[in-house]
Amino acid sequence: MLFSPIVPNIIGNLVNDPAMHIPDGFLSITISIIFWVITILLLTIATRKTQGELGERQIPLMGVMAAFIFAGQMINFPVLGGTSGHLLGGALAAIVLGPWAGMLVMAAVIGLQALLFQDGGLVVMGANIFNMGLLTALIGYGLYRSVAGQNRGVRLAVAGVGAWLSVMAGALATALQLWLSGTSPLAVVLPAMLGVHALIGIGEALITVAALAFITQTRPDLLEAKAVKARGGRGWVFVGLIIALAVVLFSPLASGNPDGLERVATDLGFIGQGAGVPFEILPGYTIPAFGGTDISTILAGAAGALVVAIIAWGVGRTLRHRTTPTSEPGNLP
Amino acid sequence: MHVNTFDRYQSNESLIHRLDPRVKVVVTVLFIVSNVILPDGAWLAFLLAWGMVLLVNILANFNIDYALKRSFIAFPFALAAVTVIFTIPGQPLVAFTLGSWELTVTDAGLIRFASIVIRSWLSVQMAILLTATTQFPDLIHALRHLRVPQVLVAVISFTYRYLFVLVDEAMRLMRAREARSAHPLKGQGGGSIMWRARVTGNMVGQLFLRSYERSDRIYNAMLARGYRGHYQTLNPHVMSANDWLIGGLAIAILVIFQIVGRL
Repeated sequence: MLFSPIVPNIIGNLVNDPAMHIPDGFLSITISIIFWVITILLLTIATRKTQGELGERQIPLMGVMAAFIFAGQMINFPVLGGTSGHLLGGALAAIVLGPWAGMLVMAAVIGLQALLFQDGGLVVMGANIFNMGLLTALIGYGLYRSVAGQNRGVRLAVAGVGAWLSVMAGALATALQLWLSGTSPLAVVLPAMLGVHALIGIGEALITVAALAFITQTRPDLLEAKAVKARGGRGWVFVGLIIALAVVLFSPLASGNPDGLERVATDLGFIGQGAGVPFEILPGYTIPAFGGTDISTILAGAAGALVVAIIAWGVGRTLRHRTTPTSEPGNLP
Repeated sequence: MHVNTFDRYQSNESLIHRLDPRVKVVVTVLFIVSNVILPDGAWLAFLLAWGMVLLVNILANFNIDYALKRSFIAFPFALAAVTVIFTIPGQPLVAFTLGSWELTVTDAGLIRFASIVIRSWLSVQMAILLTATTQFPDLIHALRHLRVPQVLVAVISFTYRYLFVLVDEAMRLMRAREARSAHPLKGQGGGSIMWRARVTGNMVGQLFLRSYERSDRIYNAMLARGYRGHYQTLNPHVMSANDWLIGGLAIAILVIFQIVGRL
């Protein structure tokens, strides 16, 4: 490379990044605009909320934290056969900084990656921010907040699940966007994205849990129940759980039997025809994916996830009532 | 890591370098939009768009293949679109079996795939030229003029400023890990993957704390220098007649591409 020896390292890392930074040209203009609108809406709220919370301190804190996520993504470890794992950071940022701040920080990171390295496109940036910054914050913070008052083990376990699910949610959203843009058939892109990211998500979960454990040890004040809850209302728990549920609901589609997938592939053979006419995409495509025996798989997955979520929520609720009056026992230094 | 790492070509002197950053941002985004909305198989329009990329290369005093050489970063992602070759119905060209799958290459599928890849490849080249001809602070300032919320712009410029500081910090952590790790000639190194991930997580946690505390110090330093919650700039960033002219010309060219692509 032309510059210092550091540059190939960074660029190598970014190229190794999971296939989530969508470049321009891969999403239709309709999908790009829809996700820009959602992203702008959420970021506008995030800007106001963090300004209210942090005041003038907002800009230095957010800016340095975004630089932290960027630099943190460089710290990698060897996994298998020359591949390496590293942090993506969406869930971690939302847990330690709060959901709105986490969104802003990730938006700044993704914006810089696109502007400096062309890692991810400009017109599709709304979708990239949504997939890697907004969804991850909703799931990461929502799940973590639901157990904010629990003991350290439970919190770390849920943070790990949240980190894994946040990566899966990003992968799912990316797959759906590619599909709706007529760039790849759902039956191929969905299992591929979910399969790859199920593994990447494990790395993300391990690093997030270890980082949180480290932070809890050295700066327990940052992660004690009161501080975590102060960063977002109870509504985040429900939003987080609903999105997490949606992710779990779609997974059976990918992990279903190969025969079923093959049949879905032929069913969906006409995908992409409508790509030139973006407004006709939605009605034609959504129904066939759910036809036939897949419905049972999805329902089973949904029911299972629902039961788990209700139990987790119930347990969390009763335990929270028990722990809130006392002052966070697990967090004393 | 030095600030100039990314600025190698940004301080050159050329027509494109001198353009107001707003013009460059708007034209780049419209160029990408124009490619995205061109219909599949509009080869002539794609070719003309590439001509525009090459022209900008020349006007910016770069070698004609400057952007081309750096444009392969988006290519791995093309994998995501490969399957449309087989799934869009059309005139079958070649058929073969791969394991239990029977794959048929169709003409419509090939056209769609090629169009997606070309769109993305053209867009990346123009984005590379934008980054290579604009100082980052100017780029950020252009975003401000283009009504991106001030807070977000300030956060991004802060991120850019501290990126280098924190990347150095991360490199220091990794160097320390290297210095304390044995590297067997064969194999991956010691410890289970779990253990390696935990060490990495500890390093990330350490980096977080250093960054968090640094942001406190920075804030205090800013207060000491009279910071009141918003950024101020001395650069007026006024659009000249030349900027309007070139911007208008570029947009007119993009409109022509659209007409050519739909003939």
